[in-house]
Amino acid sequence: MLEIKNLVKAFGGLRATDDVSMTFETGSLTAIIGPNGAGKSTFFNLITGALTPNSGSIVLDREELVGLSQMQIVRRGIGRAFQIASIFPSLTVEETLLGAAAADSGQSGSLLGRFPAEGTRGEAERVARMLGLWSKRNVPASNLSHGDQKLLDIALALMLRPKVLLLDEPTAGMGPEERWQMIEKVRQLWELEKITVVFIEHDMDIVFKVAPSIRVLCYGRLLAQGTPDEIRSNPAVIEAYLGTAHGEEAA
Amino acid sequence: MPKLSVRTELLVAFAALAVLAMLPAFTSSKALVDFVIRAAAFGLFATSLNLLVGYGGMVSFGHGLFFGLGAYSFGLLMQRTGLPIPVAFALTLVISALSGLVIGAICVRLKEIYFAFVTLAFQMLLHSLIVSWVPLTGGDQGLLGGIPRPTFFGVNLANHIHLYMTSAVLLVVGLLLMRQIAQSPFGYTLRMIRDNPGRTSFLGVNVFRTKLTAFVLAGVFASAGGTIMSLFVSSAYPDFAYWTMSGEAIFIIMLGGTSTFLGPMVGTVVLLLLNDVVTRITPHYGLVLGIVILLFALGLRKGITDFIVEWFDDRRTARITAADAEEGAR
Ligand SMILES: Nc1ncnc2c1ncn2[C@@H]1O[C@H](COP(=O)(O)OP(=O)(O)OP(=O)(O)O)[C@@H](O)[C@H]1O
Ligand SMILES: [Mg+2]
Repeated sequence: MLEIKNLVKAFGGLRATDDVSMTFETGSLTAIIGPNGAGKSTFFNLITGALTPNSGSIVLDREELVGLSQMQIVRRGIGRAFQIASIFPSLTVEETLLGAAAADSGQSGSLLGRFPAEGTRGEAERVARMLGLWSKRNVPASNLSHGDQKLLDIALALMLRPKVLLLDEPTAGMGPEERWQMIEKVRQLWELEKITVVFIEHDMDIVFKVAPSIRVLCYGRLLAQGTPDEIRSNPAVIEAYLGTAHGEEAA
Repeated sequence: MPKLSVRTELLVAFAALAVLAMLPAFTSSKALVDFVIRAAAFGLFATSLNLLVGYGGMVSFGHGLFFGLGAYSFGLLMQRTGLPIPVAFALTLVISALSGLVIGAICVRLKEIYFAFVTLAFQMLLHSLIVSWVPLTGGDQGLLGGIPRPTFFGVNLANHIHLYMTSAVLLVVGLLLMRQIAQSPFGYTLRMIRDNPGRTSFLGVNVFRTKLTAFVLAGVFASAGGTIMSLFVSSAYPDFAYWTMSGEAIFIIMLGGTSTFLGPMVGTVVLLLLNDVVTRITPHYGLVLGIVILLFALGLRKGITDFIVEWFDDRRTARITAADAEEGAR
């Protein structure tokens, strides 16, 4: 279980995360929505240790994460994919995953023996197959489609066997059809891996259809949380967000 | 790149060595034998630079430091201590490794252009040290009086053919070892750092330590190249540690290509040939070389072997994409 309590992050006078408390049950699938600049990415950056909060606590399975380095937090089991896919352009899909596996198994500094490192093949293949990247295993990452690059980013995070996977706009920059395929993959991996998945998403149709639980951020604050039905009928959400969001979506 | 098995690589290396070993039996050309010795020195030097540049994305402008350091350390050890050659050679490698450790610890954290210039600065430091410490180094004149070459295990490096065979063996063994480094898990970690250091460290890799290790290893192999050079000319000159030496190595890997392991070796052979041919027909060597550099840097934007690899990669991607599309259509 991931528990966030009274989390605050201020950039100068701007409170990008303003006293946010919420809980993600182990094995849950949650969507985070909110207008541009609501503090969604900042929230992820705080959880992963990319940013240090001004105050508040982040507890994963009874262990406090605030104060740990990014690396330590990764090791504790928080994985993340980035809003802009962060991959290795000249490595093939398979090399990328095998490289991550070598790091995960502590063999990334090994000068003896050949790449791939011992005992890493199976996991790389499993993850690649799960995300539909296996047929492209020999393609350099830079030659992948935008969608596949996002998938590779997610696959990289999975190679570290996270307990919690944070996905920052997995469907960003995709066409409508591609978005649905992507989110379907996310849902599948959540079912298969039985890990906690939290994703940020702008497309309301997707969120309401896919996420059993939704959190709404607005101006750094947690505006509402609940099931799709609860969120849809929440007056505060309608006023602050839903009205404008559909307008933005069209733009 | 195709991943050859270790056995295939050993076979190729052995075949190459066999060809090189038989060469003197077929030709009495001293020029050819000399060519191979020079190619061994420069080939090790350039390939080691490519460990940094091609695999690690660390463009050093000061790699000649290690070439010069190797030549001078070995030359001085032989002149002053009377140690057997293998011991002096091993000590030379140790000295280079330690220097690499100190210099690398300062440099590898620096971003691209700063890394390039600080490595250059260290090289100029060594160069001025060599030029000004006349009692030890002979200054501008280089190491005077020749490098003694006592026979060891029946190998007499004063004999031209023995020197030739020793250089060939060092080259092949050095290339095999660097190939192993490039194909190890470490080698792939290095590629990941080159491509995306932030993400690599996010995977739990100690980026600093990986880069430092690469820097030290590259320095060690470069100094082996320098040692061969000092044996070849039976001396060591300040030029070995001058920035033009680094420039030459950079040019070699640009010429041969950075994306294949043997690219720098191809570049070495082409540059040495160019060198030999051009100096014979025109005194304007620098001009011709400059034009070739411009052609590769601005016109082609990649080295000889890069073209071949890219062509294969594109074809493979096209094939996979086509297969995928077919599958999708079904
Ligand atoms: N490093 C930073 N320094 C200063 N301000 C920042 C920084 N990072 C984010 N902000 C500000 O904090 C606010 C929240 O930004 P954040 O990126 O978290 O929004 P978001 O909800 O992810 O938006 P989007 O939907 O556009 O991705 C914005 O006003 C942003 O300008
Ligand atoms: Mg964002």
